[in-house]
Amino acid sequence: MVAKTIAGKTVEVNEEGFMTNPNEWTEEIAVEIAKEEGIPELTAEHWKIINFCRQSAGTSGKAPTLRQITVGTGVSTKELFTLFPKGPAKKVARIAGLGKPEGCV
Amino acid sequence: MKKLVILGAGTAGTIVANRFKRVMDLDEWQITLVDPDPIHYYQPGFLFIPFGMYTKKDVIKPKRDYISAPLTLIQSAVEEVDPAQRLVRLANKQTLSYDYLIIATGTDIHPEETPGMAEHEWGKSIHSFYTLQTSLKLNQMLHNWDGGRLVVNVVENPIKCPVAPLEFIMLADWHFHKHGKRDRVEIIYATPLPGAFTKPVASRLLGELLERKNIRVEPDFMIERVEPDAKKIVSYDEREIEYDLLVTVPLNKGAEFIARSGLGNELNYVPVDQYTLRSKAYDNIFVLGDASDAPASKAGATAHFAIDLFTENFLRYVEGHELKPYFDGHANCFIETGFGKGLMIDFNYEQEPLPGRYPLPGIGPLTLLEESEFNHWGKLMFRWMYWHLLLKGMEVPLPSEMSMSGKRLV
Repeated sequence: MVAKTIAGKTVEVNEEGFMTNPNEWTEEIAVEIAKEEGIPELTAEHWKIINFCRQSAGTSGKAPTLRQITVGTGVSTKELFTLFPKGPAKKVARIAGLGKPEGCV
Repeated sequence: MKKLVILGAGTAGTIVANRFKRVMDLDEWQITLVDPDPIHYYQPGFLFIPFGMYTKKDVIKPKRDYISAPLTLIQSAVEEVDPAQRLVRLANKQTLSYDYLIIATGTDIHPEETPGMAEHEWGKSIHSFYTLQTSLKLNQMLHNWDGGRLVVNVVENPIKCPVAPLEFIMLADWHFHKHGKRDRVEIIYATPLPGAFTKPVASRLLGELLERKNIRVEPDFMIERVEPDAKKIVSYDEREIEYDLLVTVPLNKGAEFIARSGLGNELNYVPVDQYTLRSKAYDNIFVLGDASDAPASKAGATAHFAIDLFTENFLRYVEGHELKPYFDGHANCFIETGFGKGLMIDFNYEQEPLPGRYPLPGIGPLTLLEESEFNHWGKLMFRWMYWHLLLKGMEVPLPSEMSMSGKRLV
């Protein structure tokens, strides 16, 4: 765990760069992390997904899976890959200040 | 008379019923199992069938051999559960009432969920090994195959037996070596995971093993569709992999009646408390085996360890005691690595698989995350244990809770 300053705020992140406390997250942080992930600008469509993930995680910080996002938002997997290229579930989780989504076990 | 209904008489349902038969007062409890299929399958054996290591008769027995009076087995599919009325409606028009319900209907493959997969090339150039029928088909295919590019693909996680695709690949590698055609076969593993396996240490060690066997891993590959005529799979980020033979692990989902009854999540798994396996929505419904959304491996070993602890906790619970958080997510799996060897992993919710020895610390005889011939024999011997001890609800000499003794931190 390391402290990192994003958008002027110091937050805890893990070794893979995922925030460890979802309560430290702000919308400004999301914009900055999105840039790191190669998304220069967050559109309304991006925010719809980010907000869904924040809501779905609740206080647990547990990020939804790709399928939970598609079912929950009605946005198709294909569109998600356009919005958050290469691994949308992982990418949106990081931008939304949540933990890495659990894969299979 | 209290009524316990168990939906599904596969691994979990059969084991738990036979455990109860041993420890419950059956003058006070009526136990009914429901399952549409009269055959019990030894599912770990499906993996060996494509390579001729097992035949059909090694993996099937009548369910009646394992479920006998005073247990009742009804052969029918389930139409719907009505949790408010505590009723189960069956496809054969019977209605069962229950005081407690155990859902143990597992998970199944759904190739029709991926465009192009279950169409005219299904069973021809596109195969699976997750059912008896598909394994037998694949056996014929491999028997006549001259070589080319074999692509093994996992559609989406979670899947039943998460190590099975790796085992299939390594057994295939061995099979082609034995038949003198490995130099004519290219093997690619296209997985939605970022590496060979889920957990970091195991993923690294297994990844190195695959590399040594000249097997290419295509990570983060989320399949969108199969193009059966062009013989290629295409990912959502538009990567394409051509194949001559595609062996897929299709999307896994829980039973449809779970969705119809409003009990499931987006993949028809029932949300449960992961430490007690009790439904989050109804306090008289428990879910054992693969049918729940608990983040544990969907595997027979996991079901067995959970049931070991579940039985006594359930008996205390029905007498009015609180449920303890008894289940730690313990799983262990033999992993066939080919050439008569295997390795083993042992882990739980918190602890990822590590190298070491199992079940006796320092001694073994099984080696964790390290190949040995003994592990391979252990896996083959396990079939006997399954039919003769495990299904009958007898004790198997393995600890139910995971232990850190014998594991090396790396």
